[in-house]
Amino acid sequence: MSAILDVLKRPDFFELLRQHVLLSVAALVIGIAIALPVALAIRNTTLGAALAVNVGNIGRAVPSLAILALCQPFLGFGFDTALVALTALAIPPILINASTGLREVDRGVIDAARGMGLSGGQILTRIQLPIAAPVIFAGIRTSAVQVVASATLATFIGGGGLGDLIVEGTQRNDTAILLAGSLSVAVLAIITEVGFGALERGMTPKGLRIAQKRAR
Amino acid sequence: MGSLALLLQDLIEEPKLIDWEWISENFWEDIVPAIQGHIYLSFVSLAIALAISLPTGVLAARYRKIYPPVTFVTGLLYSIPSLALFGILISIPGITIGPTPVIIALVAYSLLILIRNTVAGLDSVPAETIDAARGMGLTGRQILFKVELPLALPVIVAGIRIATVTIIGIATIGAYIAAGGLGKMIFDGINRSFPTMIITGAVLATALAIFADLSLLAFERRLRPWARRRRA
Repeated sequence: MSAILDVLKRPDFFELLRQHVLLSVAALVIGIAIALPVALAIRNTTLGAALAVNVGNIGRAVPSLAILALCQPFLGFGFDTALVALTALAIPPILINASTGLREVDRGVIDAARGMGLSGGQILTRIQLPIAAPVIFAGIRTSAVQVVASATLATFIGGGGLGDLIVEGTQRNDTAILLAGSLSVAVLAIITEVGFGALERGMTPKGLRIAQKRAR
Repeated sequence: MGSLALLLQDLIEEPKLIDWEWISENFWEDIVPAIQGHIYLSFVSLAIALAISLPTGVLAARYRKIYPPVTFVTGLLYSIPSLALFGILISIPGITIGPTPVIIALVAYSLLILIRNTVAGLDSVPAETIDAARGMGLTGRQILFKVELPLALPVIVAGIRIATVTIIGIATIGAYIAAGGLGKMIFDGINRSFPTMIITGAVLATALAIFADLSLLAFERRLRPWARRRRA
């Protein structure tokens, strides 16, 4: 136990943690910046939505190690390569959820809003986005958890992060280093999961929450 | 799509990226056993996971109190990144590197999805249908096996589908702790700086996952003939 704590006190531990978090946050932010506008642009076309869901589903079937490894021969080893791969991993869940979330807003609600004289832009910002927000956010949450988990694999293509400790522990057959790396990655993933879960509940508009309670 | 076409063109024209000769020379000795090893790892894990999840799901659907703790524990397992779970497992005395810790981890990852879908499937059976079955004189066990489970099957298969894709993907990482499979080609390729092996392993693992996904989707649709009829 104290051997594990010694590893956590090593000066490079903080640097690896920083790399891990930076890699994950950057991939998630870029992923959102790509997936959300695409979902918004195609929200009114049936073909676009079908395409987004299908591309997203195939993208989700690609193993994360495969995406990271496939980027390596083209982009070389390093942080940037890992960032590109993790961004590619972050996009599918957000794209699928944003696209379906926006499309599943009740037609009747939109018609009512139009009848009340709201413009297309107002309908989007005041009706569609708030109603779709929980679904979109669920996609961001899935994405975030997956990115934090897959960032562990960045070590295999020289991207750094806490995976470095797991590899070091395995290679030197040092259980303390191995467990320090594994447990800190596990804790980071669980924090991400729980934190985003709380944010997701916060993102649900009050009116929807009341409706959900009634439905139960 | 343009970049994809360019990428494919690169793959075909650039001799450094894909060495077709290596592929044809090592096809039977390296590539086919890697595919077989990968299917074996995934299949064994899925079978064990189903043997645990189906009874647990049936119990959780019946005795509602155990459902929240079950989803909590399996949810916790599910959120631990695979490389970390492998690391934790091989630190346990008695568990050495090889297929065993990988199969344990793959089973652990499937539990949440499979149990949740079993419960959701059983919940989706209309109460009137169960009442009708009881009215016809079926016993509790007959109702479970002849009415509830067959009606819940499409949702359960949907869960098997997600679990299978997850298992096939994570199994590639298992090669890092000597479990074999297609991941071994990826890691060997990275270590030897030999892109052909990386690309072959990665593409085959992806193809296997997509193939499993689409086959199970077809099976799932077959189990829901009413959904097809409604659409037509």
